[in-house]
Amino acid sequence: MATLTLRDLRKSYGPAHVIKGIDLDVLEREFVVFVGPSGCGKSTLLRMIAGLEDITSGELQIDGRRVNDVGPADRGLAMVFQSYALYPHMTVRQNMGFALRLARVPKAERDRKVNEAARILQLEPYLERRPKDLSGGQRQRVAIGRSIVRDPKVFLFDEPLSNLDAALRGQMRMELLRLHEDLNATMIYVTHDQVEAMTMADKIVVLQAGLVEQVGSPLELYHHPTNLFVAGFIGSPRMNLMPARVVEVTGSGVTVALPSGGQVTVPTSASGVRQGDTITLGVRPEGLHVDSAGQIAGEVKLVERLGGLTLLHVTSGVDLALTVQIEGSDATRAHETVHLSIDTAACHLFDKAGLALPRLVRHPMAA
Amino acid sequence: MRETVFQRVFAFVVGWGVAILLFFPIAWMVLTSFKSEVDAITPRLTFTPTLSSYAEVLSRADYLSFALNSVVVSVGGTVLALLFAIPAAYSMAFHPTQRTRGTLLWMLSTKMLPPVGVLVPIYILARDSALLDTRTVLVIMYALANLPIVVWMLFTFYKEVPKDILEAGRMDGARTVSEVWYLLLPLTLPGVASTGLLSLILCWNEAFWSLNLTTSSAAPLTAFIASFSSPQGLFFAKLSAASTMAVAPILVFGWFSQRQLVRGLTFGAVK
Ligand SMILES: Nc1ncnc2c1ncn2[C@@H]1O[C@H](COP(=O)(O)OP(=O)(O)O)[C@@H](O)[C@H]1O
Ligand SMILES: [Mg+2]
Repeated sequence: MATLTLRDLRKSYGPAHVIKGIDLDVLEREFVVFVGPSGCGKSTLLRMIAGLEDITSGELQIDGRRVNDVGPADRGLAMVFQSYALYPHMTVRQNMGFALRLARVPKAERDRKVNEAARILQLEPYLERRPKDLSGGQRQRVAIGRSIVRDPKVFLFDEPLSNLDAALRGQMRMELLRLHEDLNATMIYVTHDQVEAMTMADKIVVLQAGLVEQVGSPLELYHHPTNLFVAGFIGSPRMNLMPARVVEVTGSGVTVALPSGGQVTVPTSASGVRQGDTITLGVRPEGLHVDSAGQIAGEVKLVERLGGLTLLHVTSGVDLALTVQIEGSDATRAHETVHLSIDTAACHLFDKAGLALPRLVRHPMAA
Repeated sequence: MRETVFQRVFAFVVGWGVAILLFFPIAWMVLTSFKSEVDAITPRLTFTPTLSSYAEVLSRADYLSFALNSVVVSVGGTVLALLFAIPAAYSMAFHPTQRTRGTLLWMLSTKMLPPVGVLVPIYILARDSALLDTRTVLVIMYALANLPIVVWMLFTFYKEVPKDILEAGRMDGARTVSEVWYLLLPLTLPGVASTGLLSLILCWNEAFWSLNLTTSSAAPLTAFIASFSSPQGLFFAKLSAASTMAVAPILVFGWFSQRQLVRGLTFGAVK
């Protein structure tokens, strides 16, 4: 078990700055997820931690010791690659035992550890097979097994589930969580999929263009995003955003005028905005309700029925697209006109720079 | 894609045409080696086969010592070239710098220089190092001559190896030597083998350096052939017999390794 400390970590490829100064603390036994759009530098950051990429500047510490100049073989970390990267010429047993063989662990102990990992991952029947004779899910398990066997300080995962089909992905997500619990391990997990981030993380690090946008627990990011990027990135379907104008600023909130007419008072602190400022109002799909007395009128363009949930895609005014999430199977049909009311307690406000006005009430689950 | 009848006939004709064209000189040489000297100067196909040329050739020269030299210098040159080329290709394939491409092209460009252009300096170097007419000098020359091609071939095979696999090895604790030994070599063994085979064949058939740097004690089979093209006039039957005996081992060798050779040489082309 180990802690990891990143201090102003930077990476450039020649003139291209890819990682632009990242500070982060990964605590013992924490499951940390790096999430962000593709190309934002997640893999690069993970590979810098692994030792597979040089660190241009800044400091990386494992258990308080600077390891910038320690090679990947000596950092004591294990990595699971998106491509699995199994050794094609070795059997599953040899794949899983390779690290121990390099470390000159005696054969008997090696076999015991490999067998134990195979038992945990239900790979026992396949130990003598080669990777090409395994399914995608089994290869994935072998890749995980290879890292478990080594008992590493930190597990690193780079989009390990993105080559699996949806059903298997859901199942593997649960298995990884179970492993995290059973092994009491520190894990860093990279994904572009915010659902994976939300379901697995103790701590999510949202990255964009080589910078950290926000660090926090899943529900903290969901209920208290600090900027527009995080608000838009976390949560599915995405948060609805609409332009609004500040009408009044009081101690109990900021009152804004909606583009469709009507006003709402959002319980946030003023944080520098003044009457007359343009501002962005954000409300998640579950914060909009179909309500004949609602302030926003719009036409239902499309209805997605998921059974337990119904999603209405509504266009209000000329081009304001809103998504409404309703519990259960709703009877609303496409091309109907609906009125929507806004749950003000669920609203967010973002100033011109895209920064969130702090909400006055913390969500009880957002530690 | 289905082939049409025309395509199949065309491929058949072209394929066999090229094969016969390439094989004809060898077949003719073998045929001539079984003729008497009188028959040999005529292109007749009907003659009384005789082994007299072979008997003559074997009585005049010690075939086995030439053959042994050929084996030693070919294997030696190939092994030496591989020893240098494996690390060179590894570093260029997996740790390229801005100069890697240039280095590769420069290596290849050395093959464009006619060997005779450096004959005098090489000869003098060999003479002053007391290496003339030794197997050592041929081993060194063959290794150097084949190095560009061996590096290039290994480089292309290495390029086919997914980077992830080597990185996984590094994460598993492999340093460079174990990485090459446990992962890269087993993964590219067909490629390394076909590179070695090609190098062996090139060394075996090399004549320029062997003729110029050796006289007797280190002379390989190419020198053995040359010794039968005498200034008093050509004896085609004996020359053919000598040539047949010189190329027979490598032909047999090539025949048995052709599957490996073809697989290596088309590696990457057929993914
Ligand atoms: N070797 C490299 N040379 C130059 N740019 C690179 C290199 N590797 C990655 N990049 C750039 O770094 C950025 C981040 O890449 P990456 O970390 O793979 O993103 P992610 O994993 O978040 O999708 C990308 O814009 C990519 O083009
Ligand atoms: Mg990536």
